[in-house]
Amino acid sequence: MEMEQSGMFMPAQTVGTVLCCICGVAMPPNPANMCVRCLRSRVDITEGLIRHAAIVYCPECHSYLQPPRTWIRGLEPESKELLAFCLRRLRLPQRRIRLVHAEFIWTEPHSKRLRLRLRVQAEALHGAILEQAHMVELTVHDRLCDNCTRAQANPDQWSAVVQLRQLVQHRRTFFYLEQLILRHGAAVRAIRIAEADHGLDFFFGSRSHATKFVDFINGVAPIRFRNDKQLVSHDVKSSVYNYKHTFSVEISPVCREDLICLPPKLANALGNLGPLVLCTRVTNSIALLDPLTLRSAFLDANQYWRAPFKSLLTSRQLVEYIVLDIEVESAEVHIGGSKYVMAHAQVARITDFGKNDTMFTIRTHLGHLLNPGDYALGYDLYSANNNDFDIDQHKNLVLPETILVKKSYQEKQSKKRGKARTWKVKNLNMEVDTTSKGRNDEKRNTEYEEFLRDLEENPEMRFNISLYRNKEYQPSEAASTADGDDIPSIPLEELLADLDLSEDEGNQNGENMDE
Amino acid sequence: MATRVQFENNCEVGVFSKLTNAYCLVAIGGSESFYSVFESELADVIPVVKTSIAGTRIIGRLCAGNKNGLLLPHTTTDQELQHLRNSLPDGVVVQRIDERLSALGNCIACNDHVALTHPDLDRETEELIADVLGVEVFRQTIAGNILVGSYCAFSNKGGLVHPHTSIEDLDELSTLLQVPLVAGTVNRGSEVIASGMTVNDWTAFCGSDTTATELSVIESVFKLRDAQPNIIVDEMRKSLIDSYV
Repeated sequence: MEMEQSGMFMPAQTVGTVLCCICGVAMPPNPANMCVRCLRSRVDITEGLIRHAAIVYCPECHSYLQPPRTWIRGLEPESKELLAFCLRRLRLPQRRIRLVHAEFIWTEPHSKRLRLRLRVQAEALHGAILEQAHMVELTVHDRLCDNCTRAQANPDQWSAVVQLRQLVQHRRTFFYLEQLILRHGAAVRAIRIAEADHGLDFFFGSRSHATKFVDFINGVAPIRFRNDKQLVSHDVKSSVYNYKHTFSVEISPVCREDLICLPPKLANALGNLGPLVLCTRVTNSIALLDPLTLRSAFLDANQYWRAPFKSLLTSRQLVEYIVLDIEVESAEVHIGGSKYVMAHAQVARITDFGKNDTMFTIRTHLGHLLNPGDYALGYDLYSANNNDFDIDQHKNLVLPETILVKKSYQEKQSKKRGKARTWKVKNLNMEVDTTSKGRNDEKRNTEYEEFLRDLEENPEMRFNISLYRNKEYQPSEAASTADGDDIPSIPLEELLADLDLSEDEGNQNGENMDE
Repeated sequence: MATRVQFENNCEVGVFSKLTNAYCLVAIGGSESFYSVFESELADVIPVVKTSIAGTRIIGRLCAGNKNGLLLPHTTTDQELQHLRNSLPDGVVVQRIDERLSALGNCIACNDHVALTHPDLDRETEELIADVLGVEVFRQTIAGNILVGSYCAFSNKGGLVHPHTSIEDLDELSTLLQVPLVAGTVNRGSEVIASGMTVNDWTAFCGSDTTATELSVIESVFKLRDAQPNIIVDEMRKSLIDSYV
């Protein structure tokens, strides 16, 4: 070739024909000087290759064994990954033989046989290269892999448990946590979830999963926890110890909308925050708001648990008031994402309204929401009997008669009671112990209703939760224009369309319409 | 007639023997069977001489000759030279030549009229060849190989060359040698023609691995089917007797 390029004259070279030395047929000369058929009949280049092999398959998790111990998942039938896996099992001698082509021959899936057709090239005698087809049959043996055997032998076998507890009289926190966990998928590794009184138990297969879950909860609630282990078994020869690990997690009892009287030391540390504060938000830190001075503070989980305190009054003790008169006092103040306006208000309890003349003149932070004639929920300190150690600690403390907490839509919502909502939430599948004493299903349901109503009213609470469009909702013919826009409801843009993978009707794709 | 033969279980007959129209040289082997095959074919026609060259048995590849003469490499001992001079007919000139390429059988392929030589042969050697063997000398390659004496074998009637020779080369060689040539193999596909067989005008000896196809090709190209040794040798004898007188 180089000589031609350099311009030298190369005479034409036509290849002649010789006779094959065995059969005498005319052929162009090749290194073996035999025609292909004679060569093939004499030399079999696939001599050392195996024709039958066995592979092991786990029918539970659809994985194939790569000896000695690895199980490979995700090998679809007739895929190129499966082809590569089978070729590795055949142990082709790479030095002598070159693989040119490999493909599957179709077999019935239940026949437990895989057939491959390979084309190999190898050197036959005298340097002639021969190409030959080679069939291999692989037998598939079924065997459960180690993980599946363990799972099948004892499906309830757990080795770590996270026990979440909160010592309060309601389960609102756990409803909220349930939605958070669903949204972030923190409990996908849990083997079992069980309800206990005052909390939930999550069972995991390994300690690392449990630790990861505890870390997640640490990021969303102010907790303290401890970790203990119990020896289950012990292999003397290899010194391997099997434990059951228990994580006891306690969530702080302070919840949203609780009225708290801070202990004097803590009030001083927070800058003389008025001893009576409202808890506005609980994430992994507690947000406190002084309703009379509109000052706020944040308490870290560590700070809280160093000097834990209980709430003075919880949202169960909220009483309904009607606002008779309101006078805005100060301008709008933005604290932590929400706005408050200081106002003087004249309120009366609903129970007193119309029956007697008991009125209270109070200062409230809800000036931006309330108008005369509105209903509000608040704490009745006038008639409450406080048996709190911290209150007694404060000398010269004057308690206001009422502290309003939130606006109430009770009256209007009573008309809506029974109507379906446009949205719904999903639930974790928990094991509920229905036989234990002290369970009150009705109380549970009302609490859940209140939780859903809370979700409607508070956009910031909805932030971390996935809400789905309720397919069963039909807007009623009698359009509720009269109810108007007073009642907070969840706008349609916030709802996720639920991904429906069922085969009937047209599939509705889950477009994420998240805000 | 082509005969299949083996030298001590080896099919490379052309290595261990040299056959011309006037004489035949065979190597000294352990058993007499090789010699006896040649004897049985050639005994009353031409002398069959057992010899060694330079103490080796690969005599077919070390010497080159035709009915006019025999050329030996410089490594031949005096005794061997003398033995050959004594055994061969008087008309055959036995000459020892000084040539760097001492395997003359691999470098020179000849019949009674034409010789093909290795392209790198000395000028004096070429002249000696022309003198001693009485041939016209051509420097050539065969299918790109310079060892012309190994890759082709030809007699006065025809010739067999390396199977990969192109058609143009075949035509060119055929014009030079003035004999029909064919590209083929011997000893079941071996390309080294001259070491696998040895041939003269009426007979040929091939290795025992030679297939029937190859044998038929050899017989057809060298025209061995109806060759009568006596007629050919009688012609030669006339010239021999002339010299006596």
